[in-house]
Amino acid sequence: MKINFEHNQSAHCENGVVSNLLNYNGLKVSEPMVFGIASGVFFIYIPFIKVNFAPMFSFRPVPGFIFSRVSKRLGFKIKRHKFKSTEKAQQTLDAELSKNNPVGLQVGVYNLSYFPDEYRFHFNAHNLVVYGKEGDDYLISDPVMPEVTTLSSKELEKVRFAKGPFAPNGHIYYPTQLPNDVDLKKAITKGIKQAYRHMLAPVPVVGFRGIRYVAKRIRKWPDKIGVKKTNHYLGQLVRMQEEIGTGGGGFRFIFAAFLQEASVVMENPRLAELSKEMTVIGDQWRDFAIDASRLYKNRSKETDAYNKIADKLDAIALAERAFFLDLKKAVK
Amino acid sequence: MKKEDVPQDESSLSKANIREVVYAVDKYGKYGKALSSGWDAKTIALDKSLELIEEQLQEAIRKIKQGELSPIAYYMELQRMDIVVLSGYVGFWQWKVKRHLKAKTFKKLSERTLKKYAEAFEISLEELKNPTI
Repeated sequence: MKINFEHNQSAHCENGVVSNLLNYNGLKVSEPMVFGIASGVFFIYIPFIKVNFAPMFSFRPVPGFIFSRVSKRLGFKIKRHKFKSTEKAQQTLDAELSKNNPVGLQVGVYNLSYFPDEYRFHFNAHNLVVYGKEGDDYLISDPVMPEVTTLSSKELEKVRFAKGPFAPNGHIYYPTQLPNDVDLKKAITKGIKQAYRHMLAPVPVVGFRGIRYVAKRIRKWPDKIGVKKTNHYLGQLVRMQEEIGTGGGGFRFIFAAFLQEASVVMENPRLAELSKEMTVIGDQWRDFAIDASRLYKNRSKETDAYNKIADKLDAIALAERAFFLDLKKAVK
Repeated sequence: MKKEDVPQDESSLSKANIREVVYAVDKYGKYGKALSSGWDAKTIALDKSLELIEEQLQEAIRKIKQGELSPIAYYMELQRMDIVVLSGYVGFWQWKVKRHLKAKTFKKLSERTLKKYAEAFEISLEELKNPTI
């Protein structure tokens, strides 16, 4: 059985699943639109949570927030199930497919056989869509992949029941009761408001203050924890910023694309100008990544080099502060 | 980022014939999807973090040979796990898993406990007890 589901490759898995599932259900929203309505643009530094032996940096909200925010703001419901039993998980999936309902699944990346080996980590908040079953094979639309693919029932069970942080427990979800009329303008305004509120939040490790905080740390790291560890931390920051799923520049380009689209919907030319400014900020992030990669490639011993990239990060923090203050004015 | 500036460097993704989506502007300033085969700046970051994993694996092997750590430590590193992830797969508390990493404790483990580790790593009991390192 195969549901007539349109696979659109996207930058980020969660945006992509949401956008593709909504499109199937008759609500055309692009990936940047999903991202913007969900206030996806973000920054947080969590020094005490270590991922891969480095502190956690994130340019996006917690996995799962994008779908729930979009559903709240566009006014539809999401049905979610989690399971203890693998059999029940498969039964529920099969039942939904037989009702011609493509569903989203949360999965672990480590056992996804179609990913290159270099990308197989124990990261459990990946998302994909199952849109059918042929024999023992499930038809898979993984939004970060160029084409659709398949996974055997055994393979799918493994990734649905991956263990560790964010363990999916067979998590399956799909939208129900889509509204006839969607107030896109209202949803966009809400998305923008939460975005600037978070980016301007009076919390030292969040938003532009978080970026500034990291810049401050970078100046101290070489003396405090040594060059090797500093480079590893910088590598982690660059990966979180640029790795597959971000659309480049720590999600800043997706957000800029959203603003451009929003400016048409809202008939607000100011948003189109701000989109251009966000593009410049995204380019600044890319510059920062290039400089950081030079550092950890050449293992530069001079601390001045670290001060220089910290200066770059400080400039980005300032630019984002000014940007989100302007954005606040633009939607008033 | 302009569409013509989207990096097309070689990467592990391009080797697997995958190109990833990024967002970029065309010459009229309009945003859209563009495909990138990879970017050296981030490939280096990924390579460095894989190097670190390899270093840790070698460190574990060294400590097993010295009789300090148990083979569980080797398979844990080999499969890129940490104590949190491994504890999820075997269903033991983290402090327990931590103890099982010690060679001394490992010797005293019951068959049933060992079996859980073997299943988590998808290897045989024999492989668990005598890793080829």
